[in-house]
Amino acid sequence: MDFLIGLFHATLATMMDVLPITAILFGFQVFVLHRQIANLPRILLGFAFVLVGLALFLDGLESALFPLGRLMAEQLTQPAFIGQAQGWWHYGWVYVFAASIGFATTIAEPALIAVAMKANQVSGGTIGVLGLRIAVAVGVAFGIALGSFRIVTGTPLPWYIITGYVLVVIQTVFAPRSIIALAYDSGGVTTSTVTVPLVAALGLGLASTIPGRSPVLDGFGLIAFASLFPMMTVMGYAQLSEWRARRQRAKVTDSEKEG
Amino acid sequence: MKALLLDFLLSIRDSVRDLLPIVAVVAFFQLLVLQQPLPNLDRILYGTVMVVLGLTLFIRGLEMGLFPIGEAMAHGFARKGSVSWLLVFAFALGFSTTVAEPALIAIAGEAAKVAAEGGVIVNSEASRTAYAQGLRITVALSVGAAIVLGVLRIIKGWPVQWFMIAGYLGVVVMTAFAPAEIIGIAYDSGGVTTSTVTVPLVTALGIGLASSIKGRNPMIDGFGLIAFASLTPMIFVMAYGMIA
Repeated sequence: MDFLIGLFHATLATMMDVLPITAILFGFQVFVLHRQIANLPRILLGFAFVLVGLALFLDGLESALFPLGRLMAEQLTQPAFIGQAQGWWHYGWVYVFAASIGFATTIAEPALIAVAMKANQVSGGTIGVLGLRIAVAVGVAFGIALGSFRIVTGTPLPWYIITGYVLVVIQTVFAPRSIIALAYDSGGVTTSTVTVPLVAALGLGLASTIPGRSPVLDGFGLIAFASLFPMMTVMGYAQLSEWRARRQRAKVTDSEKEG
Repeated sequence: MKALLLDFLLSIRDSVRDLLPIVAVVAFFQLLVLQQPLPNLDRILYGTVMVVLGLTLFIRGLEMGLFPIGEAMAHGFARKGSVSWLLVFAFALGFSTTVAEPALIAIAGEAAKVAAEGGVIVNSEASRTAYAQGLRITVALSVGAAIVLGVLRIIKGWPVQWFMIAGYLGVVVMTAFAPAEIIGIAYDSGGVTTSTVTVPLVTALGIGLASSIKGRNPMIDGFGLIAFASLTPMIFVMAYGMIA
C-alpha cells in the first residue's frame, strides 16, 4: 500500500508540472494559430508517456536513491566520520563524494539528455550525445567539489561566482561560435530533478556540522556552482574537439605533402 | 511488433547505462567508505526498476510529444508572422511553467525563513507566506521576461554573449547591494527554474524558430533560451531581497 501512495503523490506532482504547459500549448495552437495538430494521437500518447515516465522516475528516486543519498551526505559530514577535523584537508571523502555524486546525478538528468539529443541532431552529429553529457557532468563534479570546499572554508560565495563569470567571458572570446549558446544552456539544465535534492542535502549537512557555519548563510550556493562550471567544460570540450580536428587536418596535409 | 519490442529493450539498456553511475557511487560509499550494509534492499530494488522504466518512458515521450509540439508551435508562429503573439506565448510559457515549480516553492519558503530570521520581515506565518508568494511571482515574471527576450534575440539574430555578459554585470552589481542572507538563495534560484518538462519544450521551440527563420543558424541562434531563464532570476531575487 505504501508504494501506491508514493506513486500517487509523484503522479500528482507531475500533473501539476505538465498541465499548465499542456493548457498553454493547446490553447495557443487552437485559438491563436487556428491549426489542426498533425499526428495528434501520437503527440498525446507522447505526453502520456512523459507524464507516467516522470512520475515513475520521481517515485523511484524518492523510494530508493534519495533517502540513501541524503543519509550518506549526513553521515559523511558527521564528526563521528570525519573525526577531529583541523582544516579543510580533513574532508577528503566529502570532496570525493561531492564530485562523484555530482557526476553521477548529472549523467542521469533527463533534461540534459533532452538537450544533448537536440544538440546532436542540430549539429549533424558533430556533438555526441554522450560526449556532451560527460563534459557537463565533469563540470558539475568539479563545481560541487569546489562548492563543498567553499562551505568547509567559509569563504564568501560571490568571489567564486564572479571569478567564474570572468573565466566564462574569457572563454567565450576563444570558443567556436557555434558552441557558445549551447554551453550557456548547459549551465541551466544540469540542476533539475536528480541533482538538486541530493546536492542540497549535502550543502545543508556540511553547513550544519562544521563549526562556525550557519545552514542559512552557507548551506546554499552549491547549485550555483553546479550551473557555472558546465559552461566552462562544454566550451573546453568544443575547443578540444576543434583543436584535435585541426591537428588531424594538419597531419593529413603533411602526409599529402610528403606523398 | 518484434521491432518495437527490440527498440524498447534497447532504450531500457540506455536507461540502465544512464543510471549505473549513481548506483555505483551510492554502493561504493555505503559499503566501502562508510562500511554499512544497504538498508531495505527490496525497496531500493523496487525504486531502481521504477527509475529505469520511468526514464525510458520519458525519453520516448520526448521524441513523440514534447519535441514535435515545440517545433510545430515554432513553425506555426513563423508562418503566421505575428511577432506579438509569439512574444505573448513566450511569456505565458515561461511564467506558467515556473510559478508552480516545486523546487521554486521550496526555495521561496527557505528564503522567507532566512528573511524572517534576519529581521527583514516580521517573523509570523502570514508575513512569511506573503514574502514567499511574492518571491515566486517575481521569479516567474523574470523567467517569462527572459523567454520573451530570448525569443526576440532569435528573431533578430543578436549574439547571445552580449546578453549574458550584460546579465553577469547585472548579477555582480546586485551582489554589491543585496543583503548578504539573500545572495546564496538568489544564486541558487537560477538553477532551479528550469524543470524537466520545460527544458525540452523550450529547446525545441528555440531550435524550431531558428530553423524556420531565414538567415538563422539553429546551432548559433537556436540555443540560449534556458541560459536566459537561469540568469534573470538571480538578478530579480536580489532585487526582491532589497525592496521587500
